[in-house]
Amino acid sequence: MDTTVAKTGTEGKTWGGGNQPLNASYGKMMMWFFIVSDALTFSGFIAAYGFSRFKFIDAWPIADEVFTHVPFLHGVPAPMYYVAFMTFILIFSSVTMVLAVDAGHKMQQKKVIWYMFFTIIGGVIFVGSQAWEWATFIKGDYGAVETKGGKILQFLDTDGKRVAIAEFTEKIPSARDIHVENNGIWYEAEPTATTYSYEEVKAGFLANDNLLVRTQYYDENGEPTVLSREESIAKIVNDGKLVVEGANLKHNEYGHPLFADFFFFITGFHGFHVFTGVLINIIVFFNVVIGTYERRGSYEMVEKVGLYWHFVDLVWVFVFTFFYLV
Amino acid sequence: MAHEHKLAIFRGTLKFKSNITKIWGVFVFLSIITIIEVALGIIKPEFLTETRFLAMKLLNWVFIILTLVKAYYITWDFMHMRDEKSGLRRAVVWTGVFLICYLILILLIEGDYIFEVYKNNFIKFDF
Repeated sequence: MDTTVAKTGTEGKTWGGGNQPLNASYGKMMMWFFIVSDALTFSGFIAAYGFSRFKFIDAWPIADEVFTHVPFLHGVPAPMYYVAFMTFILIFSSVTMVLAVDAGHKMQQKKVIWYMFFTIIGGVIFVGSQAWEWATFIKGDYGAVETKGGKILQFLDTDGKRVAIAEFTEKIPSARDIHVENNGIWYEAEPTATTYSYEEVKAGFLANDNLLVRTQYYDENGEPTVLSREESIAKIVNDGKLVVEGANLKHNEYGHPLFADFFFFITGFHGFHVFTGVLINIIVFFNVVIGTYERRGSYEMVEKVGLYWHFVDLVWVFVFTFFYLV
Repeated sequence: MAHEHKLAIFRGTLKFKSNITKIWGVFVFLSIITIIEVALGIIKPEFLTETRFLAMKLLNWVFIILTLVKAYYITWDFMHMRDEKSGLRRAVVWTGVFLICYLILILLIEGDYIFEVYKNNFIKFDF
């Protein structure tokens, strides 16, 4: 096929990429350009996360308490393990990718096919894990009350264990006025209904003497402040406004909403990179299978997609540190 | 195309026989670092969380340094930076390092300043 020749018609032309500045081919050089600019984009996001975190340093959620779930182990608190698993998957898919590049240099088509295949599988597992983590985060687990000032109040029993709002809420029979377009401002939609209303949670809280409120502010030991029973009642009754279940862009039962915003944005942007990486890997994979690069006499395309794939892994190393560890 | 690989890591103290063994060696090294990070993140040893260096917990410094070590080996060995010309290497690395350090420095100082404003002013934010 003519379309698969190695020549680009620019050989020997200085500005056509024929010479190889810095001994890197045109394609590789452009991939490095892209990687540098993309690295700056990601560092912009992570630096913005750092900015917001420093701004609310006394009330930022602890990642260990947020991401405690492992699939199929319901109710077993296991902080870190699942993210660690995801990290290993990504590092391992990087290894198979670099092995594919190495096999490409030696023109071993069969090996390239297999290593590319494993890389794609690794990428798919990673994106799937991330989707699961998002779903768990959005669903939430204990529920909380948000105050008029947008602060989060979580519930503990007197032993200091977290209590889900579903455990103590009293059902109050009430009719709910549904907002419809023809009797209100048309662009204001009906807000998402939570399982329990604030009044129900308040009634349940007042009826159970062993419940305490935990605020999102840290005390001098670096633990979230737990209020006494009297303070808790005053806080809930005077400041409480609505019930929060799980996290979205506006409310976050784990603490400051910005935490959820940055989580969705940064891991989402990274997940999008993994997703496109998997797509490009699949395209290159099929090109290897049908022998395009064998005919071209060079597996440099595998090397270029490899650069991108390793970059995605590199970004995850930083996201892992700054979102889950630090 | 000739593909010369530099097969020594850790400043030449560890030499590999072929590129493939080097890849697996780097993978083992990265795995060990990740295991250390996760273990520290779960255990959180007290002497690391109590001690502070430059306004940050020692544990966080450990995490950040280990991350940079990991980033170095991913770039140098997986992305073949070790085999590139030093001009390309410097163009990529120093651009990133300089701009990112500057950005982080300036944003973190600003964030800390706003925190102080929230904390010490006369408007109540906790309600």
